[in-house]
Amino acid sequence: MTSELDIFVGNTTLIDEDVYRLWLDGYSVSDAVALRVRSGILEQTGATAAVLQSDTMDHYRTFHMLERLLHAPPKLLHQLIFQIPPSRQALLIERYYAFDEAFVREVLGKKLSKGTKKDLDDISTKTGITLKSCRRQFDNFKRVFKVVEEMRGSLVDNIQQHFLLSDRLSRDYAAIVFFANNRFETGKKKLQYLSFGDFAFCAELMIQNWTLGAVGEAPTDPDSQVDDMDVDLDKEFLQDLKELKVLVADKDLLDLHKSLVCTTLRGKLSIFSEMEANFKNLSRGLVNVAAKLTHSKDVRDLFVDLVEKFVEPCRSDHWPLNDVRLFLNQYSASVHSLDGFRHQALWDRYMGTLRGCLLRLYHD
Amino acid sequence: MPGKLKVKIVAGRHLPVMDRASDLTDAFVEVKFGNTTFKTDVYLKSLNPQWNSEWFKFEVDDEDLQDEPLQITVLDHDTYSANDAIGKVYIDIDPLLYSEAATVISGWFPIYDTIHGIRGEINVIVKVDLFNDLNRFRQSSCGVKFFCTTSIPKCYRAVIIHGFVEELVVNEDPEYQWIDRIRTPRASNEARQRLISLMSGELQRKIGLKVLEMRGNAVVGYLQCFDLEGESGLVVRAIGTACTLDKLSSPAAFLPACNSPSKEMKEIPFNEDPNPNTHSSGPSTPLKNQTYSFSPSKSYSRQSSSSDTDLSLTPKTGMGSGSAGKEGGPFKALLRQQTQSALEQREFPFFTLTVFPPGFLVHVGGVVSARSVKLLDRIHNPDEPETRDAWWAEIRQEIKSHAKALGCHAVVGYSESTSICEEVCILSASGTAAVLNPRFLQDGTVEGCLEQRLEENLPVGCGFCHIPYDELNMPFPAHLTYCYNCRKQKVPDVLFTTIDLPTDAMVIGKGCLIQARLCRLKKKAQAEANATAISNLLPFMEYEVHTQLMNKLKLKGMNALFGLRIQITVGENMLMGLASATGVYLAALPAPGGIQIAGKTPNDGSYEQHISHMQKKINDTIAKNRELYEINPPEISEEVIGSPIPEPRQRSRLLRSQSESSDEVTELDLSHGKKDAFVLEIDDTDALEDVHSLLTDVPPPPGFYSCNTEIMPGINNWTSEIQMFTSVRVIRLSSLNLTNQALNKNFNDLCENLLKSLYFKLRSMIPCCLCHVNFTVSLPEDELIQVTVTAVAITFDKNQALQTTKAHIEKSLQRASADTEELLQFPLELCSDSLPSHPFPPAKEHLESASSNSGIPAAQRATSVDYSSFADRCSSWIELIKLKAQTIRRGSIKTTVTVEKANPMGEGNFRNRSAPPCASSTVGVVKMTPLSFIPGAKITKYLGIINMFFIRETTSLREEGGVSGFLHAFIAEVFAMVRAHVAALGGNAVVSYIMKQCVFMENPNKNQAQCLINVSGDAVVFVRESDLEVASVQQPTANCQPLCAGGEVTT
Repeated sequence: MTSELDIFVGNTTLIDEDVYRLWLDGYSVSDAVALRVRSGILEQTGATAAVLQSDTMDHYRTFHMLERLLHAPPKLLHQLIFQIPPSRQALLIERYYAFDEAFVREVLGKKLSKGTKKDLDDISTKTGITLKSCRRQFDNFKRVFKVVEEMRGSLVDNIQQHFLLSDRLSRDYAAIVFFANNRFETGKKKLQYLSFGDFAFCAELMIQNWTLGAVGEAPTDPDSQVDDMDVDLDKEFLQDLKELKVLVADKDLLDLHKSLVCTTLRGKLSIFSEMEANFKNLSRGLVNVAAKLTHSKDVRDLFVDLVEKFVEPCRSDHWPLNDVRLFLNQYSASVHSLDGFRHQALWDRYMGTLRGCLLRLYHD
Repeated sequence: MPGKLKVKIVAGRHLPVMDRASDLTDAFVEVKFGNTTFKTDVYLKSLNPQWNSEWFKFEVDDEDLQDEPLQITVLDHDTYSANDAIGKVYIDIDPLLYSEAATVISGWFPIYDTIHGIRGEINVIVKVDLFNDLNRFRQSSCGVKFFCTTSIPKCYRAVIIHGFVEELVVNEDPEYQWIDRIRTPRASNEARQRLISLMSGELQRKIGLKVLEMRGNAVVGYLQCFDLEGESGLVVRAIGTACTLDKLSSPAAFLPACNSPSKEMKEIPFNEDPNPNTHSSGPSTPLKNQTYSFSPSKSYSRQSSSSDTDLSLTPKTGMGSGSAGKEGGPFKALLRQQTQSALEQREFPFFTLTVFPPGFLVHVGGVVSARSVKLLDRIHNPDEPETRDAWWAEIRQEIKSHAKALGCHAVVGYSESTSICEEVCILSASGTAAVLNPRFLQDGTVEGCLEQRLEENLPVGCGFCHIPYDELNMPFPAHLTYCYNCRKQKVPDVLFTTIDLPTDAMVIGKGCLIQARLCRLKKKAQAEANATAISNLLPFMEYEVHTQLMNKLKLKGMNALFGLRIQITVGENMLMGLASATGVYLAALPAPGGIQIAGKTPNDGSYEQHISHMQKKINDTIAKNRELYEINPPEISEEVIGSPIPEPRQRSRLLRSQSESSDEVTELDLSHGKKDAFVLEIDDTDALEDVHSLLTDVPPPPGFYSCNTEIMPGINNWTSEIQMFTSVRVIRLSSLNLTNQALNKNFNDLCENLLKSLYFKLRSMIPCCLCHVNFTVSLPEDELIQVTVTAVAITFDKNQALQTTKAHIEKSLQRASADTEELLQFPLELCSDSLPSHPFPPAKEHLESASSNSGIPAAQRATSVDYSSFADRCSSWIELIKLKAQTIRRGSIKTTVTVEKANPMGEGNFRNRSAPPCASSTVGVVKMTPLSFIPGAKITKYLGIINMFFIRETTSLREEGGVSGFLHAFIAEVFAMVRAHVAALGGNAVVSYIMKQCVFMENPNKNQAQCLINVSGDAVVFVRESDLEVASVQQPTANCQPLCAGGEVTT
């Protein structure tokens, strides 16, 4: 006796969250059944393995049918084939677009192309995430990227509107899209200590301040955002950053800057002497990073540079985080007192974001 | 020209990409009704076209309005080649033709293609302007309302229930026409869909005409079926119950106003048991069958009495049963005469209803059924479907005479079905013989006080159990006792019916789903030989199915079956029998005895040990089931109940084989306590199997109940969460082990596993009940068995259930004690039958039946019985399934104690369950349920009948996920289309939903599959009761108790 056909169709589509997770994690039906058996469900419900097998198959089939709709979540809301309560719909979408930290760290900043897709095998082996799940996550990134890439308006809003994701997840996707578009290098060994959250935090700051969209003044006025592009960095701004070079090129200015910072911070830092000794190096590093951003190659290495030029030196001198904060605050603020420096606004736009990023990046 | 149909095509969405180059579609729409077609403009390059067309107007006869569906085709415009069809929408405009139903159809419909499934949606608005037609000779029947619901629809009152209406139309099946060889599968499927749509429209119109003739205005319990007879054609047939309905403004007005009680006529209801006609049954219909009919009813015909012959030979005279001469007895009650005269005006006093207005059902006799095996031949002239008509007429006559044999003049819960394999067709009909109250059957003429008084006097909750037939001349062996409730009337020991549990019935504990499953191998044969083989097998199958049902019922410790449905399916090389029913413990009926096992070889010690082990297991199971289903019948002392029936105690046996049984062992078993048990002899492996299979039926997991009736006896506080589902399973039998036993086991496992899966899937709804569990078996191919289940899971509040039961029992307790005081007032008229009775003409039959009546020790009889006589025996019982068992007396209603004990349990535990998670779900949710009501809600409007037929075919089966993927998607699409139509009518639910057909064929080698699905139901608007009780200041507990459910069950 073999089962040729075995289906269950409810007027309200049944969604089993546990099975959904297993499906999303890319387990085959038999693996999923084995995992469910291990979870003790048979003992709880008195069911047999055959029942579990049939149930799992059924859910997998449903998810497979739903997957097409999940690729365009608004379709899931308007389709008539599956009657699913709104709360469940939200859950389906949110879980489908959720991703693994380990996976996202591997592809963050990489071009979302076929080439990268081929590397998924390696990523799967490395992270222990099933290839199927890797593909889903990769395809999700790519799909979201494709849809919002050319779109005007706020990146997060666009993602939220077209994929009906939660605010949190939309922000994460915005970061992923932003990183993929600007191809920031995140895979270098010295960047391994950073989490996706660190990068996402930086991405958000950069989107808010360094993109074309950041120029649009009032977010309440939709017309002002006609040219709002959240995905690309503001090219003009990057060009202008060259002007900051004077801060380190002009020796007087550099000395003045140093003395201003040192005067204020004296006695307030536990690592004052290290700071004083390193000031010029650090300042050169930060300003040179800015000046280099005209070249897209250097834009990609932004995080490598920040870690190399700032985070690592400070860490080797064991600066406490609070001292880093005090230093950066003072370092940015003191520029306003430099009379010969004319690019105050530019400096603020640059340093405001960078300060936030550096503080986030500064940890073990 | 009495009607104008107006259609507007608004927009489309989610259309498929038809032009690969641009990834877009140039869509336009053709709107066709009858022979007129309109087109919209082409909306270029869009997957979401906005046509916003003008109003297309069709001026048509109302006859066409009823027959024709509105056909909307979405196409992709192609400048150079033929336009590609995207898909179609068929809209049945019938709901727009009644005044009270929908006024407009407007909404998003899935665009359906028989090859690709749903491809986007289209927004359509449809209106009808009807002009009054005063032509008396009109062919249309606009305005007659149709309901699938097998009870009086909730917001109506039955003024008169006229009775049975039936009609069938036949046609050639387009799939088998010569043209099918050259046209595409799509064209063929669409031709078929359209034809069936047309035929059902025509059928409905013709039935409507019959209703108008009867001066009715509605058809309730409308059941339409398709017989795909293959080469020989396509039959669409329908049955229903014609009624005159009145719209209710408030449901409270349901009960008749005049209820004046009057003492002097008290004896009337108790006078009616005698029936001169008890032994008549089975008219000689087979005699006039044409050559190719092989009716198993031949065996029944032995019982036919002289009085019946006129009836069977003149089926259309309307004289029918029980003409004056036969009822000349002085004991005849006025009621009976009136009812009968009311019913005799009808050719067939049948009612497709399963739930009745209070007081309608007076007595229930038992299940009557008839089957007939026919050979199909081509329908030569579609306009004269006489052969098929004659076949059904025969079967109905048989049913009618069976009912008469039970002393009943009507059949309720009536249904018909067919099973077709190649050119052999089994026609089946079944129902419940009953005595009805004439008040609802006639116009005001009889509406005196008599019936009202009668109703008043009838013991509440047990009246329907009282036997309608003559006690001294019973049509079958049965053991009678005085009713355990009123103690005035006789009741049988077991009651089987096809109807729902009457709302006023007094039930102890909860009910449960009981199934009997059976397979029998059959040699492959052609035509006549095949039909003969099937006819020969049928009686055995019926017998075994009934035996199984009875055994399982006893194992559950229950004494009555409701909603019994026996399906016999014919395949190439086997017959399958599947009986489903809901077992309950009726307080009015005696407690069932146990089951005893008797072995044949007493000297074998280990064998005896084995037997006693089995016996223990069975006893344990019974005890466990009693506990599980909360069956605690009250103890009644002997004095209260009166003297026992002065009949020799008899013992019914299941005679399994011709092998010898030992007297000693049997004797030993007889002395088993004071319980006289149902004895099961396991003297061969066959019976051993049966005992095993009895014990392998696992009860549902804790928190689950199941039944196949509308409502679960013993549960009446549904919360509002419902989940309707369809589950289909197909298994392939390995051809090696095809023995009857292996087959039975496979089939049994299939059903059990399916149920287990359902329980597992729905575990999140616990505590819940699977209601209206409807199993359908088909044998699509040689080694394939397909089982389709549709049911609804409803959550309930465990805590409240107990409270209501308690109240209910207390009420009945009062009633019972009040009744005993009046016990002596009624004259006990046990009259004898004056008619000469020669009920069992053939000698062998006579002998067998006599022996089963006379209490000869069963062991002795066992030796004398040969296998062939089983068939006679079982057929002689006319499917009354009144197998019997000795009982012990229990009584006195004291369950309240246990109830109170259970009460505090789980207080608050289930409170949180009463708030369904999806209650706040947004617009557009359409509920579907096979029940006639929605728990926790009130149906405010019926929008019309939904009757849809779909075909889906694929030539890329693997790509669509194999057979499971294909069918899963198709069923989901069918649900979607039903919901869309309901929503477009302005409704938010389908009640009495039924999947009448799910024919699945596959050819994996060719990567092909095809499936036909036919569904129907009533589109309704419901309002949540919580929304109704707007500013009520009631405490929360009162709020979550669904009013309609509560009211229904407790009254």
